[in-house]
Amino acid sequence: MSPAIELIAINKSFGAVHANKDVNLSVERGTIHGIVGENGAGKSTLMSILYGFYEADSGDIRVNGAPTRIRSSNDAIAAGIGMVHQHFMLVEPLTVVENVMLGAEGGAMLRAGEAKVRKELARLATDYGLEIDVDATVGELSVGLQQRVEILKALYRGANILILDEPTAVLTPAEADALFELLRSLKQQGKTVVLITHKLREIMAITDRVSVMRRGEMVATVETANTSPPELAELMVGRRVLLRVEKTEKAPGAPVLEVDDLSVVDARGVLRVANASFTVHAGEIVGIAGVAGNGQSELLEAIAGMRQPVLGSIRLKGQDIHFSEHNPHRMRGLGLLHVPEDRLRMGLVPAFPAFESAILGFSDEPQLGRGPLLDHDRLIADLAKKMEQYDVRPPAPRLKTSNFSGGNQQKIVLAREIERNPKVLLVGQPTRGVDIGAIEFIHRRLIALRDVGVGILLVSVELDEIMHLSDRILTMCGGRITGERKPDQTNEQDLGLLMAGVTDEAA
Amino acid sequence: MSAPIDMPKWADTFLVPAISVAAAFLIAGLVVLSIGENPLTATRYLLQGSLGTGEGLGFTLFYATDFIFVGLAVAVAYHAGLFNIGGEGQATLAGLGIALALNNLTFLPGFLLIPIGIIAAAAFGAAWAAVPGYLQAKRGSHIVITTIMFNWLASVLIVYLLVNVLREPQSMNPETRAFPEGSYIPFMHEMFAAFGIDIPSSQLNLTFVLALISAYLIWLLIYRSRLGYAIRVVGSNPMAAIYAGISPARITIIAMVLSGALAGGLAVNELMGYQHRLLLEFTSGYGFVGIAVALMGRAHPVGIILASLLFGILYQGGAELAFEQPNITRDMVVVIGGIIILFAGALDGLFRRLVAQLLSRPKLAGA
Repeated sequence: MSPAIELIAINKSFGAVHANKDVNLSVERGTIHGIVGENGAGKSTLMSILYGFYEADSGDIRVNGAPTRIRSSNDAIAAGIGMVHQHFMLVEPLTVVENVMLGAEGGAMLRAGEAKVRKELARLATDYGLEIDVDATVGELSVGLQQRVEILKALYRGANILILDEPTAVLTPAEADALFELLRSLKQQGKTVVLITHKLREIMAITDRVSVMRRGEMVATVETANTSPPELAELMVGRRVLLRVEKTEKAPGAPVLEVDDLSVVDARGVLRVANASFTVHAGEIVGIAGVAGNGQSELLEAIAGMRQPVLGSIRLKGQDIHFSEHNPHRMRGLGLLHVPEDRLRMGLVPAFPAFESAILGFSDEPQLGRGPLLDHDRLIADLAKKMEQYDVRPPAPRLKTSNFSGGNQQKIVLAREIERNPKVLLVGQPTRGVDIGAIEFIHRRLIALRDVGVGILLVSVELDEIMHLSDRILTMCGGRITGERKPDQTNEQDLGLLMAGVTDEAA
Repeated sequence: MSAPIDMPKWADTFLVPAISVAAAFLIAGLVVLSIGENPLTATRYLLQGSLGTGEGLGFTLFYATDFIFVGLAVAVAYHAGLFNIGGEGQATLAGLGIALALNNLTFLPGFLLIPIGIIAAAAFGAAWAAVPGYLQAKRGSHIVITTIMFNWLASVLIVYLLVNVLREPQSMNPETRAFPEGSYIPFMHEMFAAFGIDIPSSQLNLTFVLALISAYLIWLLIYRSRLGYAIRVVGSNPMAAIYAGISPARITIIAMVLSGALAGGLAVNELMGYQHRLLLEFTSGYGFVGIAVALMGRAHPVGIILASLLFGILYQGGAELAFEQPNITRDMVVVIGGIIILFAGALDGLFRRLVAQLLSRPKLAGA
């Protein structure tokens, strides 16, 4: 039996960047095939070629043994390839049925097409256990169910080969489990699944084989059963990587950040943080675990002064912060620095050269220039130094911020905040979209910062990260702090329950 | 899925605008051809009239002075993410400020009157822009809507004042009496004559130099100062501004005040440099040309100066063309100007994408 997909000697260059170099890939029918690699390793380019967004400079594609030319996503769909993007391509105000129909209405009038879609969706539900309320408005569905709609869309269009790009990035652990269940059932029905992810745990849990890409090349394809996370990490990065940075026990010092009964509402008046109380001590990392969107973002923003809390108080180094002085500028002045969750929307200005992004929040510092003017030579020299320290690649302070990879952007933000000697550091999703090699570096920096007595409040949706770094773990659900744990006295199941809102009292 | 547009800076700043202009001239040439005239002859008249004689060049630079000011005005607001359509109204009010200041301070000597007139122009223009700025910042009223409405308010206000309040009682014209002579900004030909150099006389006056200085200062402000940094952060990424502790509301108001003050330069050039009195409709729609100038110049002062020269050539050369070839009326010249605005502004993205593809350096899309 010929493989579902064969990519043979695929090459693709963007200007001087050789994104795919003689890439070969063979995906067996009816298997789940993982593709891992660092950011910029060429995974997305390869999948974009397979799905018709780009055309390869050279090389062949065979689908089920037949040479196939894929020049647009329509060609891909015709060849039975479906794609579930990391960012969903759904129309939120429309219902599930309408979204599935979109682009396949089958004529000017909707009625016939709709009947067909309903019938087909009912069949898919029984065949694969893909149950869903077909008349629900997509915008009101949970993220996990929205993803299911994306999968339904692909299956409805006759996909036999399903490509999923970082599918679990937005899911709760339970939703991720459900997704894996679904993928297994698809596999049993003979479908082929290609899974792009950076989470080695998921690769180990669900794939049959895994291909590793590095710097545009396919460096290895192995049977999942015969490999291990450290081996995969080494293949990805090209050197040995510590998946878990060692940290020593350290007795925390005096309280540096005391949050008491803090409540925050958003612009629409919805309560996002409800009566949160906790303390961060000097030399301590307090991790907040939670599924994205449960108030962690608002909590960080409120502490940083970007949002006014409606209730509660914040004490910094024992000093009460009055509402009148509760703004980002003042909080920075008091030594509370902030690595925001969303680098591109908040932490940097993508259109600016890196050296300008590297002073975001500090452009009023007197030493950065003379009087009202900024000294560009100095900014460039400063950043060049930091880029060397933090191993930012390429070390080009004048390069546009958006042209750096996610990990390097994050290093620019971290360098900016850490090198200003914070007393308290708020850190949101420090390794989101960051390569494994850079993750190790970032974790080392954060632990070094803790060791010199900085109080760190860490928000992350990556449970591993929370478990590895934190001295204490708080869980958040629906804006409330639902529990507190020591990392060595808990596990994922325990935290997962707390993150789902099952508190100790209720249990 | 659209690939991000990323190309070398030289292509972005020079090649794309040049292609836009060439395409616009091509289409305009077809229009000229369609009314039975020879486009090449028309082009010759256009260039000869605007650049071929010293006098023509003087007029070209005089118009360019207007366009530099309004272009900078639009650009400053644009960097803060604001589309200031109100250059006309702001310049009109600046003219009112000049008239009020100069005609009420006639006893002052010229070396005081000139700076006072300029400051009055800037202050009135700034105040007229500050109101929409405030409404946008504090009330969320869209700046495009409010500045357009303020253009109408300014135009009605100036008619009322010139007809009923400021007009000389014995004059039939809706205009003020002449400003005190000391307040006239010297003509270029006068300046050169003082040094014994003879250049043809035109409306071109020292305000042109002020425009160039303003362009340099705005470059310094936008690209080198802390305030300009804050303005660009707000314009480029408002969430990042909030994170950085920069108040978008405050920056919105500041940018609009600066923008209005710059629009006042138009009034300085037209009134203190040439007309020497306040009269109706002295802005001649140039406030709107500023939008095209700023778009074409990529909101960069150097680009704005170049675009202003181009529009100066169009306006001066167009007038000559209409005179030499009666078939090509002034309205036709406006059509040609409109085509250029269309290509430089609205259709800019068309060529940008094309050029980017030809240069074939799309950014590597994530991984």
